[in-house]
Amino acid sequence: MTTLDVRRVAQNRLGRAGVIALGAIVTILAVTSSAFVIAGANPIDAAYAYFVQPLTREFTLLEVLNKATPILFTGTAVAIAFRAGYWNIGVEGQLLMGAIAAAGIGQLAHGWPTLLVLPLMIASGALAGAAWALVPALLRVRMGIDEVVTTLLLNPVALLIVQALLHGPWKDPETGFPESPRIAETAELPPLSDFIPLIGRSRLHLGFAIAILLIVVAWYVLSRTSTGLRVRAVGLSPHGARFAGIRVERTLLRVALVSGAVAGIAGVSEVAGIQFRLTEGVSPGFGYTGIVVAMLGGLTMPGVLLAGLLLGDLSVGASSAVRSLQIPSQLGDVVQGTLLLVVVGAVAIYRWRAHREEERPPDEGEPPPDEPEGAPSETSPT
Amino acid sequence: MTFFADIIAATFRNATPLVYGTVGETYTERAGVLNLGIEGTMYAGAFFGFAAAWYSGDPWIGLLGAIVVGLLAGALMALLTVTLGANQHVSGLGLTIVLIGVSEFANRLLFSGSTLARIDPMPLWDPLAGLAAAGSLGEQLATIANQYGLTYVGFLLVVPAAWWVLMKTPLGLSIRAVGENPEAADVAGIDVFRIRYIALMIGGAFMAVGGAFITLAMLGTFTLDIIAGRGWVVIALVIFGRWRIFRGVLGALVFAAVYSLGLRLRITPGFEDIPNEIMLALPYVVVIIALALSGRNVPYPGAYLKPYRRT
Repeated sequence: MTTLDVRRVAQNRLGRAGVIALGAIVTILAVTSSAFVIAGANPIDAAYAYFVQPLTREFTLLEVLNKATPILFTGTAVAIAFRAGYWNIGVEGQLLMGAIAAAGIGQLAHGWPTLLVLPLMIASGALAGAAWALVPALLRVRMGIDEVVTTLLLNPVALLIVQALLHGPWKDPETGFPESPRIAETAELPPLSDFIPLIGRSRLHLGFAIAILLIVVAWYVLSRTSTGLRVRAVGLSPHGARFAGIRVERTLLRVALVSGAVAGIAGVSEVAGIQFRLTEGVSPGFGYTGIVVAMLGGLTMPGVLLAGLLLGDLSVGASSAVRSLQIPSQLGDVVQGTLLLVVVGAVAIYRWRAHREEERPPDEGEPPPDEPEGAPSETSPT
Repeated sequence: MTFFADIIAATFRNATPLVYGTVGETYTERAGVLNLGIEGTMYAGAFFGFAAAWYSGDPWIGLLGAIVVGLLAGALMALLTVTLGANQHVSGLGLTIVLIGVSEFANRLLFSGSTLARIDPMPLWDPLAGLAAAGSLGEQLATIANQYGLTYVGFLLVVPAAWWVLMKTPLGLSIRAVGENPEAADVAGIDVFRIRYIALMIGGAFMAVGGAFITLAMLGTFTLDIIAGRGWVVIALVIFGRWRIFRGVLGALVFAAVYSLGLRLRITPGFEDIPNEIMLALPYVVVIIALALSGRNVPYPGAYLKPYRRT
């Protein structure tokens, strides 16, 4: 293709998106291949092990879905909040609060019927997550305090509460380890193979189905209801939304609580589906990975689903490549972060180019239609 | 009775990484860029500073390594948010994820992920050692003055110099101008992109030095999760300080004082029963309360979070 052809392709919108996507893929391949080479592995073998191999066998495929489960929840939680321009970066802490609630009820639930315990755990986990999200949300809508800072700072506090419980009242009386006692059997989320005889035995549990259900509900509400329209309007332009009669503060507060509730359910799913107890490592940063999932998914629910599955794939691939190719598992995080940065950069280029095209001849006084920007002063009550 | 002298000494020591971080973040935000990559930049500064010191045998070369890493981290953030105009929240968080991942990956390759490697940490400066013999007050002053060189450099040199550059020099005026009103700055002949790159790179270097202080001076080794949220605390301190360097430093001292008091109370008779975790959580809660009390209607830089594009 000559330069002129490339230029002509880049003239139309789809072609331009293709050129930018191609550039993004080349960048990702270049960065990750060099990381694989530094780790002493053949980049093609490594890429195969990271992305393809987990999908080739039923057992590893189910493990991909299993690894995707918590980040589908957190990705949904983040995407809901970000769509409204509410920068909830406290999903990690909200997840931990849900995990505490689940472990608390799970320990008490010996002899209770499963059909009572599971809904109770999920409800209280959601409530705990929402409660942890409440303070930053109130500070934001009532006083205009930047929620980025407050949600971030509450993450270490939540982890310290988990640690205080595990080194104090919940320390396992039998082993003395900083782990809570095992939850009751009736409080465990059953494996999905109990419901669907077609799939083999694996760790995949009911939490995955709940995550998918939540994604479908969130998709419906965001894209097919007036509530969703209000949320998106607030995210696109708080001023415009207010002008259109939307109560911006109330919308933000509700979005924050829903986001926290979804994050709390992620904690329930991990405690009741995987760990069966509360541990300090119940979340190896699922809340932050949720931000990656949400952004890779373009803050849309189908996107969150795909991105969550992709990162689940990457997670299984990275841990199996430790044994098969001696690549340190930390490389998985590097690949994940690189994906995020490249995609965010590519989206920025695409939007700017598209904007310039529409603006010809330049319109006066129209600011570029950017991603929802959340300077709290914009929406603080005055 | 050295209780208070101990706490004051620990306050200055624990405030040092926050002070460097606050100076760095103030520069980037004054230029209009919120750098949430600070947590990762401090982490990478801590790790690569330590690695450089370990391989060279000289902690000052380690410090140099940290500065280089900080400049690179700032340049990467600038590439994303200034050149490409990408969302600042997400770019910063992504940078943190990448830098922590790269540091832990390199830790695994270079040190097999072990924490056994140790260096001789930077020495303490003890300018008032002579006073220790001169009675109780002299002893307490000597305790307080017994600090690492980087603490002295930070409080006595970096903070005033950073303030002077930001407020009294043409470069500082340009940084503030591109953060307040980039269109006007551009019309006035300031290269908005170049100035933002400079501010982000200077800021990144200071953040990395803050992280490196922990490995090169305080600990003499690198451990996982070494920054433990200090970067997020700095983000709060900068807002608390209303983008003014001395106010931000004051916030860092208050945070460090609460933190140091908590650590000291753990070994004080009568306080051992309070769970350690409550003491560790207290400083975060104090910062949030301080923000709630003082953070109302703060004057954010005019171009905060807004990418600049020439049309």
